[in-house]
Amino acid sequence: MKTAISVSGLHKSFGRTHALDGLDLEVEAGEVHGFLGPNGAGKSTTIRVLLGLLRADSGAVQMLGKDPWHDAVDLHRHIAYVPGDVTLWRNLSGGEVIDLYGRLRGGLDTARRAELLERFELDPTKKGRTYSKGNRQKVALVAAFASEVELLILDEPTSGLDPLMEEVFRECVAEERDRGRTVLLSSHILSEVEALCRKVSIIRKGRRVESGTLAELRHLTRTSVTAELAGEPNGLSGLPGVHNVDIQGHQVKLQVDSDKMDAVLRQLTQVGVRSLISTPPTLEELFLRHYQDDITRTEAEAIAR
Amino acid sequence: MTAVADARVSPRARGSAHDLAGTGTLLRLALRRDRIMMPVWVLCLGLTASSTVGRLKSAYDTPARRASLVHDMNGNGSTRALFGAAFDDSLGALTVWRVGAFLTVFAAIMSLLIVIRHTREEEETGRQEALSAGMVGRRAGLTSALLAVAIANGAVTLLIAGSLAGQGGTGALALGLAVGLSGMAFGGLAAVAAQLTENARLARGLSSAAVGVAFVLRMAGDAAEDGSKGSGHVLVWLSPLGWAEYARPYANERWWPLLLIAVLAAASIALAYSLAGRRDVGASFYASRPGPPAAGPLLSGVYGLGWRLQRGALLGWAAGFVFAGAIFGGISDGANDFLGDSDKTRDIIQRMGGAQGLNDAFLAAMVGVLGTILTVYTATSVLRLRGEETDQRAEPLLANAVGRLRWAGSHLVIAYLGPVVILAIGGLALGLGYGIAAGDLADQLPRCLGAALAQLPAVWVLTSVTLFLVGVVPKYSAGAWAFVGWVVALGWMGPALELSDSVMNTSPFSHLPKLPGDEVTAAPFLWLLLLSVVLAAGGLVGMRRRDIGG
Repeated sequence: MKTAISVSGLHKSFGRTHALDGLDLEVEAGEVHGFLGPNGAGKSTTIRVLLGLLRADSGAVQMLGKDPWHDAVDLHRHIAYVPGDVTLWRNLSGGEVIDLYGRLRGGLDTARRAELLERFELDPTKKGRTYSKGNRQKVALVAAFASEVELLILDEPTSGLDPLMEEVFRECVAEERDRGRTVLLSSHILSEVEALCRKVSIIRKGRRVESGTLAELRHLTRTSVTAELAGEPNGLSGLPGVHNVDIQGHQVKLQVDSDKMDAVLRQLTQVGVRSLISTPPTLEELFLRHYQDDITRTEAEAIAR
Repeated sequence: MTAVADARVSPRARGSAHDLAGTGTLLRLALRRDRIMMPVWVLCLGLTASSTVGRLKSAYDTPARRASLVHDMNGNGSTRALFGAAFDDSLGALTVWRVGAFLTVFAAIMSLLIVIRHTREEEETGRQEALSAGMVGRRAGLTSALLAVAIANGAVTLLIAGSLAGQGGTGALALGLAVGLSGMAFGGLAAVAAQLTENARLARGLSSAAVGVAFVLRMAGDAAEDGSKGSGHVLVWLSPLGWAEYARPYANERWWPLLLIAVLAAASIALAYSLAGRRDVGASFYASRPGPPAAGPLLSGVYGLGWRLQRGALLGWAAGFVFAGAIFGGISDGANDFLGDSDKTRDIIQRMGGAQGLNDAFLAAMVGVLGTILTVYTATSVLRLRGEETDQRAEPLLANAVGRLRWAGSHLVIAYLGPVVILAIGGLALGLGYGIAAGDLADQLPRCLGAALAQLPAVWVLTSVTLFLVGVVPKYSAGAWAFVGWVVALGWMGPALELSDSVMNTSPFSHLPKLPGDEVTAAPFLWLLLLSVVLAAGGLVGMRRRDIGG
């Protein structure tokens, strides 16, 4: 499959701050790719490098087969970008901004523009500051979805949208995917990522720490198991891949690496199972694990000092 | 929003102690934010006063030399226009004559910048909303801004009074008060402007225009009549800057014109207060109207956008130059009348270059004023690029199929060509005013137009310096203002302070011939153009290579 975005070993520092520290990222053409990471992880810096706004210190970056720094203008004909914090010109109406952006990209589908204005319930005659935060986002979203482009780069695009509009946004991204367009979606709304993205990359401190399809990532993490047994549970904590075993009488709660489930289930059925709840890891847990790794590590460092 | 609107008609909106809650905290915030800008302004104004005393003391050490200087200067319309009349020949009075007009205007500009920065700009950026959600009263923002500006003007008053105290305390106090009160009056007018519009840029423009009108009225009146020999011209009396002049520090001080300034300050502040209590936070009295639902053909790319963003300022400046040019031109023909009562002076001047020479000298001085002031416009225009960047509008724009140079070009074309248009219009207005008054339109119109346009290479040096800073060291873009301030101060004060050539030559305007009338050679124009091209090229290369948004 064709690669839409490929980044390897990307470094970027601002003075003494290393914003990107050897970042890798691959996005295949036609996929919706979730781009996750805690605040300050380097998501927006990465996106700015991808847009040719920042010059990489080192590393290889290709977008649609081109170099985003040298071929910025040609490349941008095929790209639509929505920032997380849209600022508009005070004396331009929303409709004017949408058209301007369309004209500065590969062109605007006027029928889709009208349809999107209706779906997002956006009044195009208001001017800059008179739009609320959510409505400013809508201006940029309508401009992006109505543009004739191959790749959409969305940097926390739904901040400030109400749940109804969030739903419209999801429909629009799904439509883009069905039309074969590529979407890079940076977001903190994990349900949004879970609903839309086939693959995700998680970055922290300027590095990618996890990447793959959601199914693959789930496989890498732990499943929570709660069981009510016929007798006293035994031998569970000695099994490989089992963590946080909590036994209260006949009830047991534990977490198990998703690929080590078999042994746990065998052990449980030997005692006799009365009820069993097994919860696959949510994206939140997946994400929090990377947070918590961080926390425990800093705690450890603090103790070492 | 509607809840706030309801509150404004309730009787509680009438002033109360709650309206001022949080003023102290906001004031400390304002002083913290201005901890560099405010002391720099205050020190520059104070140092101007104290250094001038020293320079004059050594240059004009005897009463006879001072008397002859006063006689010559009061006899010359263009110096009267620039500095006002000299009311006496004491060292103190001479210092007041040289720096008084300069100090009042700059105190006015300092004040309007401070007031708008802490009122409308806070509201426009949405910061005021967050602050007002705390224990902050409805009028606390305005009060803290006015207190901050009062502190700045108080410091200016004390510093000026202190540095001139050696020449006599009463005169020193009168000058200090004239400058400080003028600052407060224009600070008050800026506070009113900040209530009227939602746009901080427009509020700054409106209040600067008020300073400009007051300045041109004072100039025109002083040029037309020697204020030291009568009650003064009516145009001077129409200008608050004229009231400051007619307080006559060190020449039998008159205190009541200072009272007029204080009344203007109090009245404008009172008006601003009453307006501030009646409106919604963030709103103004001119609600913004809906715009077109779709973009017209003009807005087809970044050049259309650049024009949309910059046309307002261009039109405003052009209007100002029509006003100033016409007034300057209209009074220029009087230059030979100015000398009417002194056969000896007229004799000297006529031997030097005839009546024509005198009028030309006046016109050239006015053209120089227009040219140096225009550096403010061109720097502002280039700095829009940086503003677009820091306001995060440049990033999404450049994420489109727009090259950086094309985006920069959309603003630069206006920064470079705007001065051509504005100077042409100002030169035509000057030529029309002078030509009609002198009955010689056919000759004077092209001469004045040419003289105005000849300022362009010097103006463009400032354009290019600003571009260089924005392109190469964007974080220090605001440094362009230091250079603009330096050039304006040199153009105004330099000749009168008899500064050395090496200092004067730091201003590109010093290299231009004094037109109309002076001899024209190509060399200075070519050097200035070359300098401007080199700086601009450096700036554009920097712009292409650097990170955007940093």
